[in-house]
Amino acid sequence: MRIELTVNGVAREADDVWEGESLLYALRERLGLPGSKNACEQGECGSCTVYLDGAPVCACLVAAGQAQGREVTTVEGLAGDGLDPVQQAFVEKGAVQCGFCTPGFLMSTKDLLDRDPAPSDPEIREALAGNLCRCTGYEKILDAVRTAAANR
Amino acid sequence: MDFLAPTSWAEALECKAAHPDAVAIAGGTDVMVELNFDHRRPPALLDLNRVPELADWALDDGRVRLGAGVPYVRVISELGHLLPGLAMAARTVGSPQIRNRGTVGGNLGAASPAGDSHPALLAAFASVEIGSVRGTREVPVAEFFTGVKRSVLEPDELISAVLVTPPSGPQQFSKIGTRNAMVIAVSAFGFALHPDTRTVGTGIGSAAPTPRPAPEAAAFLAGELEAAGLWSSRGALPATLATEFGRRVRDAAAPIDDVRGSAAYRSHALSVMARRTATWAWDAYRDENRSAA
Ligand SMILES: Cc1cc2nc3c(=O)[nH]c(=O)nc-3n(C[C@H](O)[C@H](O)[C@H](O)COP(=O)(O)OP(=O)(O)OC[C@H]3O[C@@H](n4cnc5c(N)ncnc54)[C@H](O)[C@@H]3O)c2cc1C
Ligand code: FES
Ligand code: FES
Repeated sequence: MRIELTVNGVAREADDVWEGESLLYALRERLGLPGSKNACEQGECGSCTVYLDGAPVCACLVAAGQAQGREVTTVEGLAGDGLDPVQQAFVEKGAVQCGFCTPGFLMSTKDLLDRDPAPSDPEIREALAGNLCRCTGYEKILDAVRTAAANR
Repeated sequence: MDFLAPTSWAEALECKAAHPDAVAIAGGTDVMVELNFDHRRPPALLDLNRVPELADWALDDGRVRLGAGVPYVRVISELGHLLPGLAMAARTVGSPQIRNRGTVGGNLGAASPAGDSHPALLAAFASVEIGSVRGTREVPVAEFFTGVKRSVLEPDELISAVLVTPPSGPQQFSKIGTRNAMVIAVSAFGFALHPDTRTVGTGIGSAAPTPRPAPEAAAFLAGELEAAGLWSSRGALPATLATEFGRRVRDAAAPIDDVRGSAAYRSHALSVMARRTATWAWDAYRDENRSAA
């Protein structure tokens, strides 16, 4: 089937989409947007986090057909002329090691700060509960979130 | 595979009647896991995201009609004042990403013994509104589940809403898991006081083949409260009574040993959760009186 959707502000379409395939697969394999990562395909790791009509979701758990006519933002859509302050803070604080989890953390962090510009530590932990990192031990990620909040 | 995308409730029911083996998909947080891992390859998906009738809730004649497609995030932000027990349960589901997509309708559709909305719905004496081209029926949540991941839903039926009169007293929900987020319950318990009818609502999760109430324990507690005149005096809940209630809730369960926990642990956890939630709810009921005075 064909799907038409808006991705990062641009109208896109994909053909030959399998009816059972995920939005994540469609983004990565059909629309050339490999920023959203595929690590678990079961909603546990958050590395596939994108915004669907503005709300962070696991792209691996949205059927591609469900995104028909809707707006999707991926990590590729975060930066404007320069890096988004959230991306900048992750770079500065060394919150990236292998980088596989990073797109998901960036999306969850930006969503948190858009809703709450000065979150407490427990609020940060709750907002990032759906993102797993196997490298950093999270401390530098928490530093980066606090820094991004301060710099925005 | 077909992808059916009805844009009204009437059309959704016609689709389901014409394709009884189509799998409904709302938030997709259960269905997509099964598809991604090839555990299921249904002939068709029936997308419910475009059905406006499922996407909202309303208070109608003192009763909440919660559309099957309302995601947890809205249950938390919009229903905390009317259905605090359900909102508490919703807060414990998965992660923000899961709560942005997952729905109470999907939780019921999956009919897992570990579904977190179920204990809260049981304690609130909620019903499930079910539709098909043949008509609409209402099934009490306590009669909805028929086995592990099985329910009374017929192949041509869809869930339209959950119907629940907000309990007239305080509600509580408690869940035990290995961490505070992203866990399937080892066991869970929902509790509600219904002072208008002087009854108690209970819901056991993850400790029997289906979610189930503990009617004998509930009747016992309500009866003892009545006998001691506590519903009207709002005196303190005797600790011995709360403990005995916990024991009786435990006896209503039928837990098994599995990877998440042993049957013995589940039984113990249930008795503790029942005692605590009853005490918290009763204390809140007593406070209501103080703030009203
Ligand atoms: C990472 C992760 C964490 C999770 N954590 C929890 C948790 O903590 N607690 C918990 O309870 N659950 C949890 N779940 C399971 C899941 O999120 C819930 O069961 C959720 O409520 C499912 O809702 P959904 O809308 O996504 O359902 P879907 O996946 O769309 O559907 C689930 C089932 O219900 C059927 N269905 C959906 N809507 C209807 C309808 N209107 N009428 C008839 N049938 C319907 C579908 O056909 C399917 O069988 C988790 C899942 C994941 C992936
Ligand atoms: S790939 Fe989607 S949550 Fe892990
Ligand atoms: S940096 Fe490697 S998983 Fe997070």
